[in-house]
Amino acid sequence: MLSYGFMQKSFIMGIMIALIAPTIGYFLVLRRQSIIGDTLSHVALSGAAFGMVTNSYPVYTAILFAIIAALGIEGLRKKYENYAELSLAIVLSAGVGLASVLISLGNTQGILSYLFGSLALVTNQDIFLVIILGIIVLITISFFYEGLFYISFDEESAYLAGVPNRFINLFFSILVALTVAISMRIVGVLLISSLMVLPVATSLLIATSFKSGLIYSNIFGLISVIIGLILSFYLDIAPGGSIVLSALLLLIIVIVFENIKNKRKKPA
Amino acid sequence: MDKYIINGEGVSFSYGSNKVLENINFHIEEGDFVGIIGPNGSAKSTLLKLMVGLLKPDKGSIKLLGKPIDEFKEYKSIGYISQNARDFNQMFPATVEEVVAANLYLNRGFFNRLKKEDKRKIEKALQIVEMEEFKTMKIGNLSGGQKQRVFIARALVNNPKILFMDEPLVGVDLDSQNKFYNLMDRLNREHNITLVMVSHDIGVISKKVNRIFCLSKGKVFSHNSKQSICSDTFKEIFGDNMNILFHDH
Repeated sequence: MLSYGFMQKSFIMGIMIALIAPTIGYFLVLRRQSIIGDTLSHVALSGAAFGMVTNSYPVYTAILFAIIAALGIEGLRKKYENYAELSLAIVLSAGVGLASVLISLGNTQGILSYLFGSLALVTNQDIFLVIILGIIVLITISFFYEGLFYISFDEESAYLAGVPNRFINLFFSILVALTVAISMRIVGVLLISSLMVLPVATSLLIATSFKSGLIYSNIFGLISVIIGLILSFYLDIAPGGSIVLSALLLLIIVIVFENIKNKRKKPA
Repeated sequence: MDKYIINGEGVSFSYGSNKVLENINFHIEEGDFVGIIGPNGSAKSTLLKLMVGLLKPDKGSIKLLGKPIDEFKEYKSIGYISQNARDFNQMFPATVEEVVAANLYLNRGFFNRLKKEDKRKIEKALQIVEMEEFKTMKIGNLSGGQKQRVFIARALVNNPKILFMDEPLVGVDLDSQNKFYNLMDRLNREHNITLVMVSHDIGVISKKVNRIFCLSKGKVFSHNSKQSICSDTFKEIFGDNMNILFHDH
């Protein structure tokens, strides 16, 4: 399998995405913002379609659209303070509407590969971009780790401990947008948020600390991506689907394991 | 530095068109234990948030430790326990130690590393609230009283001059409330920490504090000692049917 060049590229990209998507997803889930991944991925799709229509590199335009949308969500959230989820619904609608219009303009034959992910179409340019941006995302998260932790736990107290909440929130929104846009080549737009959320959901069942939760999320993300890519190659199925179903299977296994463990703990 | 460690003059604040505080004056001296009381919706939490700078007044000025509140950056000098603190997601995967360490944000070095000295501060803060044996436990697995003590440890970890608390005893059992007041007494007397606490339990807090701010209809009535709290003020604030039974827990 690894003798094929496209599979080598897919594994390199997949492993990087398996590290960044659950890392970003971990903070999103704990801040109760897991749906933001879905919203940005739909906007990223319109960005990819725009790239195809204008003969630009679709991942660049997807990144641009996703970052604008992420900043837009932050702005709208201030307008609708008591309806925080409304800002997501507005941006999601804008993304889907724009994507539909752009796809109908033609020259977007390759859009399906962005919807469900594709192994065969991964280019050297994709790999280069994912590695560079992936490293940037991971270093930035390490840098802001404590601030993000405190904001996720108690935003008011974080501010009074000297955490620059606004700056970190803004930076984090950009990181989410980058992660969504660069992950869609392999996982596909429709399934990115699943890779951000499912490994985290699994890790929360067994995490004993904040740090261990993050490490488990990455381990479950890696296992899901590796199994998913192998299944995709041998069964000739879309990698996004096989990766997400692997992540789901891991979640089910851990739930069953935890239930058995808890039953054993209870006295007869 | 001013005589007062917190000083508010002519402070007004409104939520949209709803004026909740109007031209109020207040001051707190070093070593005070201040209780902020009042009926629901009387802006007790709002006043506390104005004091620490989480909200900005529409009019007037507030000074904290001698600095105008919008220039205040000495975050290590204050500890804050928010009302939201107890509403955190119970599945949040953080240990007691991680929660307490969070308040050492400004001490962290490159890539969030803590020094040995900071680790000792965490131990000491947990010792003060008698929670050192729980440091590796997940915060969500603790009882209401234990969580509250962890939040106090978090607020104490920087050795603050003032501790602000917003309804810290909601959802806490009677035994833990007793322990809480004993701890507050120690912090106030032995560690010389000024305490400012919002509470709805007038009967108890009136006996514990040396200064009370009663809030009602956008005004603040300040009493310098519990002896001077007259029932007339309470009747004005809470209505004619109000009778206060001062009691200890």
